[in-house]
Amino acid sequence: MENILFLAHTESDGSLSKAALEALGAAVELCSGQKNATLTVGLIGEQIDAALTAAGGCGAARCLAVCGEDFGVSRYASDAAAAEALLGACKASLVLAPASSRFCRALPGLAQRVSGRIDTQVSALDSSSGELRVQRWFYRQRMVATLSQSQRPWILLLSSGAFSPWQGGSPALKAEQISVELPDTCKRTKVEGFQAPPADAQTIRPDAKILFVAGAGWTKKQAAPENDAKKAETLIRGFISSAKASLGSSKSLVDLSAQGQEVLSFMSHLNQVGQTGSTPRHPKGLSTCCHGEEPHVVGWRFISERRAINLDAGCGWAHGKADVLYVADAFEVMEKLNELLAKG
Amino acid sequence: MTTNGFQIVVCASLVPDPLQTLEPASGQGTPTLKNEAMLPAVLDPWAAHSLYEAAHLAKNVPGSKVYLVSLAPKAKLQQLMMTVAQKVPFELVALDGSASGFTDAFEVAAALASAIEKIPGLDRSRLLLFGGCSSASRDAGVTMQLVGERLGILDQFLAVDELKVQSDGSLRILERIEGGRYQVSVCSGAPAMLAWATGNLPEPANSPQVGMQNMRVVMPALQKAASVSVGAGSINYVNVELPKQVRSTKVVKDVSAAEIAQELFEWISN
Ligand SMILES: Cc1cc2nc3c(=O)[nH]c(=O)nc-3n(C[C@H](O)[C@H](O)[C@H](O)COP(=O)(O)OP(=O)(O)OC[C@H]3O[C@@H](n4cnc5c(N)ncnc54)[C@H](O)[C@@H]3O)c2cc1C
Repeated sequence: MENILFLAHTESDGSLSKAALEALGAAVELCSGQKNATLTVGLIGEQIDAALTAAGGCGAARCLAVCGEDFGVSRYASDAAAAEALLGACKASLVLAPASSRFCRALPGLAQRVSGRIDTQVSALDSSSGELRVQRWFYRQRMVATLSQSQRPWILLLSSGAFSPWQGGSPALKAEQISVELPDTCKRTKVEGFQAPPADAQTIRPDAKILFVAGAGWTKKQAAPENDAKKAETLIRGFISSAKASLGSSKSLVDLSAQGQEVLSFMSHLNQVGQTGSTPRHPKGLSTCCHGEEPHVVGWRFISERRAINLDAGCGWAHGKADVLYVADAFEVMEKLNELLAKG
Repeated sequence: MTTNGFQIVVCASLVPDPLQTLEPASGQGTPTLKNEAMLPAVLDPWAAHSLYEAAHLAKNVPGSKVYLVSLAPKAKLQQLMMTVAQKVPFELVALDGSASGFTDAFEVAAALASAIEKIPGLDRSRLLLFGGCSSASRDAGVTMQLVGERLGILDQFLAVDELKVQSDGSLRILERIEGGRYQVSVCSGAPAMLAWATGNLPEPANSPQVGMQNMRVVMPALQKAASVSVGAGSINYVNVELPKQVRSTKVVKDVSAAEIAQELFEWISN
């Protein structure tokens, strides 16, 4: 029998993120599939009202909250202290939480404090054998393991996009406040704010239906001299904005910009997918001017439908990895595609 | 400004070269990789970036020193040091043990923290603990926080791309967060733990001089490397498998750009 704590931090408006609602959906499902399991909701944030409504009807026996200004920011020391207090108050054996940047930073420390264990980026849960088994990837999405854990508490940070979100219900939860006094040693770090590209330069869109991946080929010398990096930039920008796509890049392309070569001005290493980049989740992905290789391909693990445009019919990454390979000039195809998208 | 400089301890192990195809080996007990011992190894990429950032910081803040703490099979580590030691100056603290991705992060963190505690003369008030935000083996992104917690470090940062030491000695840090944004934080100073993403520095070129200087300490460090036993701990691996889907790729050739664009347009739109 597991005593489950669903743990979430609220957003600045007191709501729960999509990833948090997915973790709640998973917690409710796991709890209902286990005999005598109990569910507690634990919330951390400056405000929590919208979260109490969003989590309504989830069947939690209790809802505990650590609130206040000190807990509105994403900071290791205050988040670890709040999570420790919440876990201490409900003595859960299992903690389910979203794998947000905030919790990925803070909850390993919680595991250490309570002599528990933690797994991150969990992509599936299964308790049908009577024992809880979780799935997560190893070696940068090269292989997937199913594992169980004898140590408790066990903290599981769930990958965003892998579970169905809690749809809400009633009644809204009522929270018991847990008070946490933060010593000065927990306030040495101040969060100053965020740095984001201006709205028109925002190219990373986790919720986009399509990921557009640009490779170093866009900056290579082309048969038609007018097809240069400037033109590439216009074509890629045009596509990203009209298809509302998220922009990914190969490592080679972002490395070129680090070396100061002429490249696409809006591309940074935050766009890089793969071994030392991200592995985003999108229903579709279009690869252009990418030769790939294994470290690039792992960035495509969670892209369901994949198509590629490459001049080279032998393009290493496309064969066996993409559904369709168009052997063509990406400059020409993207120009035509942008025209079609503009017409709607 | 910090007058005595930082004591930067970088935790970095080795991983199979990412260009290799990896396959889990079937069998009893803790999983392994096929031909694991034979696979060429590289310094774990994100941790390697943190080493380059550490060296860069140490160069700019007089009195700083870089330690590289590495838990890996000794023979492989020795081989890797032939190249890594030529990159930037550091003092190696070697631990001889498994670098498998299937080891328990808690056991690894315990071994690393205990080795750091034993570094002679380490001034923990000036400690900056560096490492990668996630390994290319276990890929859990938890080890550095566990080590930090064991060392009592309450200022921790994950997926760092930039660290600036400000004129008052405080640390201004940029961490990657959701949606291609950075969180900007200022920490009043050391001690702190920074688990790095890519950072902003290219891989340094090999320098035979740096290599020679490092090797004087690297070889004795390897010789006296304590052997540590790290395993799967309380994890029970039910199975490990490669993703199954090999796609049958349809190759579309000798079709005009306009037709391809039309097909892609329909695909995107539905
Ligand atoms: C430790 C390590 C980590 C790595 N991590 C990553 C990672 O995280 N992500 C990553 O992406 N890579 C990574 N790599 C690098 C990876 O192995 C490849 O080298 C890289 O992905 C290749 O980039 P590319 O395909 O953009 O460039 P290239 O290999 O230069 O390929 C360019 C392609 O563009 C095509 N092309 C050119 N012009 C046109 C045109 N007009 N129309 C259509 N096609 C055209 C060419 O045919 C060619 O196939 C890593 C490597 C190592 C060693």
